[in-house]
Amino acid sequence: MRTSIDLYSNGDKVFGWAVTILLGLFVASTLYPFVYVLATSISSGAAVARGDVILTPKEITFDAFTYVMADKQFWIAYGNTFFYTIVGTLTSLAVIIPGAYALSRPQLPFRSSFNLFVAFTLWFQAGMIPVFLNIRDLGLLDTRTAIIVAFAVNAFNAILMRNFFENVPRSFEEAARMDGANDFQILWRVYVPLSKPAIITVALFCAVLRWNGYFWAMVILRDQDKLPLQVYLKEIIVELNMSDEFATDLLSASYSFETTIAAIIVLSIIPVIIVYPYIQKYFQKGVMLGGVKE
Amino acid sequence: MSAVNHTKRHTTSEFDLPELSVQEKIIDSFKRNWQIYLMLAPMVVYFLVFAYRPMLGLVIAFKDFSLFKGIWGSPWVGLEHFHTLFEDPFFWRAVKNTVIISGFSLLFAFPAPIILALMFNEIRHQGFKRLAQTIAYLPHFISIVIVAGIVVNFFAPSGIVNIILTKLGMAEPTYFLTKPEWFRSIFIGSNIWKEAGFESIIYLAAITGVSPSLYESAKVDGATRFQMMYLITLPCILPTILIMLIIRIGNLLEVSFEYVILLYQPATYETADVITTWIYRQGLQNSNYDVATAAGVFNAVVAFALVITANQISKRLSKTSLW
Repeated sequence: MRTSIDLYSNGDKVFGWAVTILLGLFVASTLYPFVYVLATSISSGAAVARGDVILTPKEITFDAFTYVMADKQFWIAYGNTFFYTIVGTLTSLAVIIPGAYALSRPQLPFRSSFNLFVAFTLWFQAGMIPVFLNIRDLGLLDTRTAIIVAFAVNAFNAILMRNFFENVPRSFEEAARMDGANDFQILWRVYVPLSKPAIITVALFCAVLRWNGYFWAMVILRDQDKLPLQVYLKEIIVELNMSDEFATDLLSASYSFETTIAAIIVLSIIPVIIVYPYIQKYFQKGVMLGGVKE
Repeated sequence: MSAVNHTKRHTTSEFDLPELSVQEKIIDSFKRNWQIYLMLAPMVVYFLVFAYRPMLGLVIAFKDFSLFKGIWGSPWVGLEHFHTLFEDPFFWRAVKNTVIISGFSLLFAFPAPIILALMFNEIRHQGFKRLAQTIAYLPHFISIVIVAGIVVNFFAPSGIVNIILTKLGMAEPTYFLTKPEWFRSIFIGSNIWKEAGFESIIYLAAITGVSPSLYESAKVDGATRFQMMYLITLPCILPTILIMLIIRIGNLLEVSFEYVILLYQPATYETADVITTWIYRQGLQNSNYDVATAAGVFNAVVAFALVITANQISKRLSKTSLW
């Protein structure tokens, strides 16, 4: 491309600048909400109330953070989310990896029926009420087990994993079998190490769903101490419900309802921002392979 | 060497098979493949218990369901719930809203990632391109609850949107989220903000597949960059666009209800209430499980038909089908 730059006509230069500016605007508008929330979270409540905070923080204070971080329920919810994300993702992988390996083996009897059995759930689902009643009938309402197990596998991830395994040349399996390895050993010692990027991609998809999921946790869980961060967040930042105690506390403080909410948002985004640079290359790959072929 | 051995073993077993009875064949197959079955078992059990078992629960759409009598103990009522449903103007309002929101999404949210990908592709400065992409993908990873929280905050009477509008000379602050006429714009707009960047990845992947020689010869012919984008890049990624369009049409009834539930309120039901949120309120909040399930059956059947139709159309048009 370097050589071709001088070949650009004036029209092309204008076009190039127009695209750069448009994209710059898009990037700025993508970033703006984050910047605004961050600025609000470290501004004084009074400055935010006056409408002074638009881009940069005013009257900088970290009181809102101190306030949120003193809330025990916030940390319980935070811990629960980590628990659901880590244990949930491991559970998903423990079911998906062997299952997808089995589905990818040509010697699996009734292979196409099993594949259809899994893929059918992509196109037809029982829906909200039957799923809820099913969990209720199984006695799993208000249990962590329901959150971990009942949503362990989605057909999309299973098929994605199976497609990865199918692309590993069969000669690997045959060579290992020659050496006397059984199927478990072949999977664990040959296929898993070979498919590490694929497994990370699927793990990432599972983890994102777990980390962000709120609906079923909201419907299934009653006990405050089991709620994940997202349900806690929903009550506070979307429904704007805070305890009365909280509200009266706010009247005399350097932080306000708005700055507290902003601080909560910042605190709950931090883990995502930290992990994000490491996962970027994997999800790019994953999305490209995501065009599911059954 | 290994391939030869494998074929040999395979042939031997095929020779053996005709001599075995069906029962023996099954036992034999199980003996050879029990490990693979064992690996598959947890996944099969999972789908049976958590995906197929609930499907049996769909029968309550045809029953007068009570929690105490259970799914099988409740008496049959035939199509009564469907009559109730189809006579309920609020259900039809939900159907209408679903179609309208989906339609507008198709119009505005669907082209957004395509345009974005085309623009990314035109950026020559690699550093800026990478930075822009990194930022554009980020909102996808932010939970919908936080996105809703930010939206509620931005569009509140004292929120930044009103602050800016006031500074621009607007007299009265508007409480946008209580205004039915604003719901769709806010919903679709924030969805574009969240997903357009991430969805552009798939089109960018398609663009990398375009042969550079096409651009070379176009340049020789004196084509401008805009012409190359419009006449080369766009047609080359058309198959990908078509596949994504078909998937989108297949999921036409799937308005992200998790997000709607977070953003709507009784004041905006008029434009915001969609089929799934209607089901949620009827079923899980008002405990009208049977009528809500009937609506679910309606939803699932229409959705399934849409998927099949979309796939058929795709087969005709482009010889690319989803399965």
